[in-house]
Amino acid sequence: MQFHHYAVLLLVASFPVLIAQKLDEEEFSEELLVRPLPDRNVFAHFHFTHRLPPTVHYGSHHVLFPKAIFQIVQKFRIREMELSFTQGRWKYNNWGGVDPLTRLQAKPSGVELWAVFAVPDDQVDATWGNLTHALSGLFCASLNFLESMVMVAKPKKMFASGCGKEGITPLVCSEGFADHHASNQSRSKDQNILRSRVRYGALPREAVCTENLTPWLKLLPCRDKAGLASLLDRPTIYKGSYHSLRLYIKSNNFEEHQGINGDIGTFLQQTLSLVIPASENPSSGEGLKGFQPNWSLFSLFGRHLMGRCLLAKTSALYLEFEAPLVEKLKQLDFGTKDKEYCSLAGSEDEASLLDCSADSSGDIAPFSLSMVKDNDIFMVNGSPSSFSLERGAYGNGVLLSFNIPKHGKQQPLNVGLTWKLPITWSPVRGPFRATRFLVGSGNARGAIALVLKANNMPTRDLMNLHSQRSLEKESLVSPDMTSVTVFQVVPWYIHLYFHTLQVLIDEQPKSFREVIKWMQVVPSEDRTSPGVMEIELKIPYNASVITLIVEFDKGFLRIDEHNPDANRGFDLPSALLSFPTEQSEGNYFHIEATKSSAHFHNSALLEELKRRKSVQVYTEVLLVPLATPDFSMPYNVITLTCTVLALYFGSLLNVLRRRVSEEERLAKSKGPSPQGLLERLLSRLLRRRSVESRARIAKVLKLMLVAGMFIALNYYLSDS
Amino acid sequence: MGEEVCSLRGGSRWGTRLCVLLAWGAALILRVACVLLGAPSVLGRRVEISTPVNSFMRLAEGYWLKRTGFSPYTGSTYHGSPLLLALFGPFTSSSTGGLPALGWSLSMFCIIADLIAALLLLRIGRSLQSAQSKQLICLNFTKYIKLPDDAGLGVGDIAAIAYLWNPFTIVNCVGGCTSSIENAMILLSLYGAAAGNVPLAAFGWVVSTHCSFYPAVLLIPIGLSLTVGIDHLPKKLFKSIIHCESSTKEPVGNCLSSSVDRSEAQCTSQDLSHDVSFTFEAKKLRDLMLWSIFWWTYILILCKISVGKSGSLKQMVSETYGFILNVDELSPNLGLFWYFFTEVFDFFRPFFLLVFHANILFMILPLTIRLHHRPLFLAFVFCSIVAMLKSYPSVGDTTLYLGLMPLFRAELSGMRFTFFLLNGYVGVALLSPVMYNLWIWRIHKNMKIASSMSDGGVDKYQMNFKKGCLYYAKHLK
Repeated sequence: MQFHHYAVLLLVASFPVLIAQKLDEEEFSEELLVRPLPDRNVFAHFHFTHRLPPTVHYGSHHVLFPKAIFQIVQKFRIREMELSFTQGRWKYNNWGGVDPLTRLQAKPSGVELWAVFAVPDDQVDATWGNLTHALSGLFCASLNFLESMVMVAKPKKMFASGCGKEGITPLVCSEGFADHHASNQSRSKDQNILRSRVRYGALPREAVCTENLTPWLKLLPCRDKAGLASLLDRPTIYKGSYHSLRLYIKSNNFEEHQGINGDIGTFLQQTLSLVIPASENPSSGEGLKGFQPNWSLFSLFGRHLMGRCLLAKTSALYLEFEAPLVEKLKQLDFGTKDKEYCSLAGSEDEASLLDCSADSSGDIAPFSLSMVKDNDIFMVNGSPSSFSLERGAYGNGVLLSFNIPKHGKQQPLNVGLTWKLPITWSPVRGPFRATRFLVGSGNARGAIALVLKANNMPTRDLMNLHSQRSLEKESLVSPDMTSVTVFQVVPWYIHLYFHTLQVLIDEQPKSFREVIKWMQVVPSEDRTSPGVMEIELKIPYNASVITLIVEFDKGFLRIDEHNPDANRGFDLPSALLSFPTEQSEGNYFHIEATKSSAHFHNSALLEELKRRKSVQVYTEVLLVPLATPDFSMPYNVITLTCTVLALYFGSLLNVLRRRVSEEERLAKSKGPSPQGLLERLLSRLLRRRSVESRARIAKVLKLMLVAGMFIALNYYLSDS
Repeated sequence: MGEEVCSLRGGSRWGTRLCVLLAWGAALILRVACVLLGAPSVLGRRVEISTPVNSFMRLAEGYWLKRTGFSPYTGSTYHGSPLLLALFGPFTSSSTGGLPALGWSLSMFCIIADLIAALLLLRIGRSLQSAQSKQLICLNFTKYIKLPDDAGLGVGDIAAIAYLWNPFTIVNCVGGCTSSIENAMILLSLYGAAAGNVPLAAFGWVVSTHCSFYPAVLLIPIGLSLTVGIDHLPKKLFKSIIHCESSTKEPVGNCLSSSVDRSEAQCTSQDLSHDVSFTFEAKKLRDLMLWSIFWWTYILILCKISVGKSGSLKQMVSETYGFILNVDELSPNLGLFWYFFTEVFDFFRPFFLLVFHANILFMILPLTIRLHHRPLFLAFVFCSIVAMLKSYPSVGDTTLYLGLMPLFRAELSGMRFTFFLLNGYVGVALLSPVMYNLWIWRIHKNMKIASSMSDGGVDKYQMNFKKGCLYYAKHLK
């Protein structure tokens, strides 16, 4: 166990050094990982990586690295940034909840952006605003709505990558990991500085479409003309149930001690994850109950993979079988001993060979791999260039790797899967199933409830084992406790009452001292900043339902603050749950089955998946209806209210200046009412005129006076 | 509005007293029963009762924030005084972080505050009555206006009982919002003014102004009643009477329509000029100023201590008074502001804010000039104007002027359209929650206009009411 732990440490620490030896020029790599999903879908993950040496050594003229991104990085001094456009929601329970790939690409629907800057603290907000504008121009998205800090949070623990200098650490370094190994004081100080420069914003309502994809593809050296990106057929991409476009940047250019770790200047990761329905092929046994659909790359994307992008250093295609599927296959294997088909088997320590002979046409094979020339699926050359066993905590998964030929015009690489036996499996699920919903009715108030239900499945024991293993290593919490960090950003028009926050474990209300390990709450300021809730809970292991409830009052917006479709309601961004005690990591023990397994060493995707990260779950986006004013008639309201005010004012004035009968009589007895200044003056000047004519002149004079005053006022105002 | 429970004419003195006691006791029991039956949780978050300024939920949140180490004004939640936090905060939430027993304990404070307010009303009524009857006796008006006898119910008794049994007061008290405490403070200052107790008047004024800002305008009536007395007949009337009596030996009836028979005069003109003339007691005014300054300093020091290190007085001022003046939050209430500023275009906002607030200020000087001889009535008029034009009014403000109204029973007896006004008032008061319910809970589209109109309607009726008051108050002069 100890060894394992240090191995990971070593791995993380040594990785940049490995790269440092190599990286003295720009690198680009393209990879595609395909994985069958249990619910008749296929998961495809396009992974493009750019590496750029530090600008101090290399200069700023690039061959491969996209100029637009480099300029953004330089201009806004970005240390780290992630932008994701997502449509649909990742189904953690159907598509896997803990594997590293899920951690990498499961994103909340809409747009999510977070960034760490290398600018002084007082400039961070301004820089963030400019960055959103630049990105919104670059990706044709309404990211500029994140400019004002109204929906932007400053997370304290989440997203703050604790391992700033240790090479490329996309996303978050595991929090626990970072916290417990930051023995160095200066390092923790660095982290604090970093954390104050993190900004996070999300636009849950943003629609994602090709207009975002096209600029994203433009960043690739081969665009979508060659290489893996040429598979991206727009209608296919957008018909799937999940689609996540992601851009991750990390730059070391602004580190102070660049010389020491200055191996990689700027690192750009572009990923596109798709869940697409596996279309049935008529030639195979479709329609039969229990059979998984057969698919090939062509049937999935409707395009052939004609060859690699020649500019890419690595170009690889992986086919992954999850651990539960492999377990199932093994069981089938044991059931039918004599066979001459692809046998996938991995024992605990050494993976046995993948034996997939060319003429394996046995009818009882669970599935067959196919690399076909044309549309028909037949099983030839099914041997991948290499394969590896993923050794996670949940057993062994299998990763097959295929080399993409340089020019595949004659023989396009069409990896496919044909199932021979009905098989069902369920993916490795996370420790908890998280749902978030609104409680209460009406437009005045409500409550947000976040419910975590333990996944009662056989792997829970495995998980227990695993967690205990990780506990031994990290001694984060006492052995029978697990911990969850909840990060939630709530817009200002949802006034959270934090004092009503309740944590229920198995329906029993718990006191904060029992349950909350750490809490960071930022109350929302009206029209200025959102409410942010970051809570780290410690939960006993046997807890099956954990509920968090916070009450809120709904705010009332001005007429111009409502969205165009106001009656639809407002979207609350997803909450993010992180399980620091649950690490998602892939360990790929590759087996040199064939000679060309060199790219296993420098596969950016696999390096990425090997990194230890805590399991994360994004919850649903909530739709909150707010009370809508009458949009059609603001003038009516204004005039009505002003009428009421005028009535009040007029009547009060009237009452005030009206004389009561006594006084009136008294006043009358004194004679005619005293004249005004003007009348008296006139009567003195124009003695000869009659009273009526004098009154008339007085009237005209008064009018002229008023008009003159207005003209003077107008003149004065226009002048100034 | 209130039920005059014991209008026993000709009943024995002890019977009347008993009746009054019973009324008080029943009001107290009703409140306690409502609180114990759990009404606070229902009423405490009604928009008619709780506003962003006086809401109990927000007080609890402010206390939670303060205890967590924030300034209580972090986030746009709490807009009240830090002293209220220090006083009532500990009664709000349990330390488990569970739901607080909403308003239960604060409702108890509100009940006490209501009782004190009623008691103060009683005393104010008595001093008002004594001042009036003294004048009437001096002017020999007793023939025309019947003086209340000791055995019957005084104005104060009626006002107190009407205040206690006013359904708005009950609802406001049970709802557990801080406005009943503010009302008690306002009445304390008025009582201090009526009784000539300068420190008390200054204290009440300072605390109520500190809590809800608008009672600041009451400084004028308080100052006036301290310096010239709580209630007079108009100066002109006096002058003419004295003039008639001293110079011309004619019957006063020639000078005044309501003639005074000279032979029945019990006071000499010297008495008159001595007792009820307008001797301006500058010393009292100076005292009031000094005491006000003293209490302000005291309150601000306490606030500074209460806000603690995380907050500052500047923040307190901007989050309480600034919030009231800026009308940043547009949650529905009984006032005119919220819907108007929801709908009005953004660039008109400062202008209309100015206009709306100026409506209170505009009326201060004319009303003071007009009603300088009856400071208590002036205070009543100010209270009603404030209740109408406040940025976050609640029923609490309505109860204050409805409570003061019975004190001017004689003045308002000649009011016209009383039946129509009263029914309209009740009708609007009942319909307004219905409209709100339809808009917010049933979510009928376009119901807001109706809601706002009914809210505006309440104001209109208040306004008419007051107009009537003002108009008919002068009939007596």
